[in-house]
Amino acid sequence: MSKREPLFSAKQRALMLGPLSKNNPVIVQILGICSALAVTAKLEPAIVMGLAVTVVAAFANVILSLLRNTIPTRIRIIVQLVVVATLVIMVDQLLKAYAYDVSKQLSVFVGLIITNCIIMGRIEAFALGNKVWPSFLDGVGNGLGYGVILVIMGACREALGSGTLLGFQIVPQGLYDFGYANNGLMILPPMALILVGIVIWVHRSRNKELIES
Amino acid sequence: MESIVNIFVKSVFIDNMIFAYFLGMCSYLAVSKTVRTAFGLGIAVIFVLLVTVPVNYLLDVYVLRAGALTWLLGEEATAIDLSFLSFILFIAVIAAITQLVEMVVEKFTPALYNQLGIFLPLIAVNCAIMGASLFMQQRNYANIGEVTAFGLGSGLGWLLAIVGIAAIREKLKYSDIPKPLKGVGISFIITGLMAIAFMSFQGLSLG
Repeated sequence: MSKREPLFSAKQRALMLGPLSKNNPVIVQILGICSALAVTAKLEPAIVMGLAVTVVAAFANVILSLLRNTIPTRIRIIVQLVVVATLVIMVDQLLKAYAYDVSKQLSVFVGLIITNCIIMGRIEAFALGNKVWPSFLDGVGNGLGYGVILVIMGACREALGSGTLLGFQIVPQGLYDFGYANNGLMILPPMALILVGIVIWVHRSRNKELIES
Repeated sequence: MESIVNIFVKSVFIDNMIFAYFLGMCSYLAVSKTVRTAFGLGIAVIFVLLVTVPVNYLLDVYVLRAGALTWLLGEEATAIDLSFLSFILFIAVIAAITQLVEMVVEKFTPALYNQLGIFLPLIAVNCAIMGASLFMQQRNYANIGEVTAFGLGSGLGWLLAIVGIAAIREKLKYSDIPKPLKGVGISFIITGLMAIAFMSFQGLSLG
């Protein structure tokens, strides 16, 4: 009998931790940008969206990894869409039931998890060719990598744009009395684009090997 | 008629898919290296939006909404609400129609097909298409004319954005950009600046 690999061997850990920085789905592979930008005006919806995508990515990877030997290659896209859509409907119904306010703020972007390229991309590139446990870790890792960027952007935009974090005021009242004003531009759509450009800039100047020639 | 023109103008400039909602960003960044290909993809997106949005509208009105099935099952159907199925049905319609459009274009206009070729299948997973259907459902448009105007306008706005960024990126090759910012980084920042320019259309209203 062959020796079993430990559940969290170095290779498995790399699957989960790689996507957090060096192989980040959003700022390195440029996938799933659409929702990453739209839900980050405040921190709370950004966190919820990050969790939702992590859950869908992990379970979609697990299910399709289980099914990988039974799906005919020609119809795999439609099978993937059905599995992902079912998971997203479940997430959507759960959010509506337990976090109605956040679900209202996320509006159509919960539905758009279906067409999030991260999820389809990981299924195509990883889950269809790997065993269940590595696929699960890969899904969790990529979901979290996506979540990290969302949280960074959400925190910056909420702190600078509204002076709050998760609804609590963090800019002291004294500053406002001195004439400090919130930067209203931060919560408008254009700043999300510029901010993600800056995040990419910082990330690439720290990881020189990612610079495009 | 006025409301149709209004919805059209609004969806091109104010509720622009890219600049206001960031939909279809992935292909927007991946396919905007030259104006020619960007234009091809833009046309394909308009084409698919023009078909899928009205079809999904009919599906929403006659099948999915609360009480929508009364025309089929009579009075007792007023309590049936299938709207939780909308994600899965919309994506199925989009995937099927993209496939159909691809076959029709291949059969009747091979020249256009050769130009669009690789982009058509990609469109099925373009968030702009799915997003337009979901916005259509959320905004409660009154009739199919308004919905068609919305689909056409959204597509046109998307075309405008992708052709604009492609033209800028062609020129960008010759500029002196900080190394870590090259490629995607600068594209994002320029898109942001374009979005600020588009914000000046806010409040524009006809009729």
